[in-house]
Amino acid sequence: MSNLLILPILIPLFAGIFLIFIKNVNFQRWLSVISSVATIIASVALVQTVRNKGVQTLDVSSWEAPFGITLVSDMFSALLVLTTSVIALACLIYSFHSIGKEREKFYYYSVFQFLIVGVNGAFTTGDIFNLFVFFEVMLMSSYVLLVLGGTKIQLRESIKYILVNVISSALFVITVAYLYSVVGTLNMAHISERIQLAGQPGILTVIAVMFLIVFGLKGAIFPLYFWLPGSYYAPPAPVMALFGALLTKVGVYSITRTFTLFFYHDQGFTHQLISVLAMLTIIVGVIGAIAYWDVKKIIIYNIIVAVGVILFGISVMTPDSLTGSVFYLIHDMLIKAALFLLVGIVIRITGTSNLKQVSGLIKNYPGVAWTFFIAAIALAGVPPLSGFVGKLLIIRGGFEQGQFIGAAIVLMSSLLVLFSVMKIFINGFWGTPRSYEGEAGVPVKWLLLSPALLVGLSVLYGLGSEAIYPYITQASETLVNPAIYIDAVLKE
Amino acid sequence: MEILMAIVIGILFMTATYLMLSKSLLRIIIGTGLLSHGAHLLILTMGGLKRGAAPLLGEYAKSYADPLPQALILTAIVISFGVTSFFLVLAYRAYQELGTDNMDQLRGNEGNE
Repeated sequence: MSNLLILPILIPLFAGIFLIFIKNVNFQRWLSVISSVATIIASVALVQTVRNKGVQTLDVSSWEAPFGITLVSDMFSALLVLTTSVIALACLIYSFHSIGKEREKFYYYSVFQFLIVGVNGAFTTGDIFNLFVFFEVMLMSSYVLLVLGGTKIQLRESIKYILVNVISSALFVITVAYLYSVVGTLNMAHISERIQLAGQPGILTVIAVMFLIVFGLKGAIFPLYFWLPGSYYAPPAPVMALFGALLTKVGVYSITRTFTLFFYHDQGFTHQLISVLAMLTIIVGVIGAIAYWDVKKIIIYNIIVAVGVILFGISVMTPDSLTGSVFYLIHDMLIKAALFLLVGIVIRITGTSNLKQVSGLIKNYPGVAWTFFIAAIALAGVPPLSGFVGKLLIIRGGFEQGQFIGAAIVLMSSLLVLFSVMKIFINGFWGTPRSYEGEAGVPVKWLLLSPALLVGLSVLYGLGSEAIYPYITQASETLVNPAIYIDAVLKE
Repeated sequence: MEILMAIVIGILFMTATYLMLSKSLLRIIIGTGLLSHGAHLLILTMGGLKRGAAPLLGEYAKSYADPLPQALILTAIVISFGVTSFFLVLAYRAYQELGTDNMDQLRGNEGNE
């Protein structure tokens, strides 16, 4: 069935549309859960199909490849779609007990589904302008989710977030215009072919750097990360988890896609540039993560570190490092969502995000504490857990290519990342227990359900890396050898 | 013709950048409007400004203008309409709630409740 790869986009889209008309909050919840579960089932089926039959393509409306919009699902995007759907379900279940009636009444679940449409669409599309449109679908939903509720801090940070994204969207349009005037096509496989024929002259390197700026603004790399700490600080926990796990990763995915599919002919300049920026991103993220005594800020800066680590793996461009990046990307999406949800529980119990006013939570909330502990050491990459294999492969790739400084920075960053999350664990969970106002009414068991699910999945992901490894290598195959992708789309 | 357009678009970008660096929120929004104008004109220009009929098959012309950039612009225009109207309403809400449109006073990371 060749329409399978459109299901992860269509199911949330229709659910989002139906949810607009439904007033009853309970019915809304049920419908969104059903749609999320259906999306997960569809994406599992998609992953299996790609595993058995190779890259799946769908020419929308049966227009042949370069002329219509083509949706392409290789293993990389199929795995990301699956991860997105799982995180969406976890954040959805968490929302039931934390988002509050006021927000639920005003189309929260509907916008939630549209965000998933945008993310899944951006992962699946094979057309550069369609990618822009799905970016806008994702961003528009994220604006609404960020500002929904209308507290002062949300209003203030939304203004900044929207301004930055309006500028980066305009830059995206400009870059597509330049690319169109050089190659004369919008289909990604066809663009790649034309660039190969032209042998990537100077103008295409300029366009490559413009793409890096555009996607770097979305994905928060070194000089373009400035908007992220403030904006992600504002929304409530489940929205923060969705943003932290999905939005920046779409930028990282797009950088990976463009620099492995389009601009791989003249790696001397562009990939060197990405590599330097990635190292600086890691350094800035680590400095932020160890500097703050605010639980949200610490996790937010850890997003930036992870973006740097993944991009360093991409910039090295060996099969090992690309596999490592794919592995680490999926791990990081799961674990960041889990950490944000756990931090949300801590803030809900204590009523503050200041680490100095929190202590001794392990006595009354051992479940939260141990889930957080496992998530923390998985984030740092302790061997049996999920962060290990990805980082190992990235570092090995770095050493193979003689990029010793970058690999050393990745190694050192693990230590400081561990320090930053252990700071939360030691200060927040150990020490003398305190009592907090209003902690009795917090439904901790319900809230703990989804982060525990995500941490459990990430533990399985780490322990079962032997079983998952073939999927990941199949994902990095298309990145190493773009001909597979091009042949599948243009069917020559 | 393309060169003239390039210069005009450059001026639009320059003005947009200048306005977006100012303190007042409304000036910033006017800047985003000019930025999107510039981007849309750029798509049109980069698609080529050769002479040809409007892309209607009823015209029976020998050559037509490239229809693809026009479709892209139309898409980009409605998207930026949507975003701009959202942004304007957000600015209005923020003015009601926070009582200022001066970006200097919207600084800081604390939740100034």
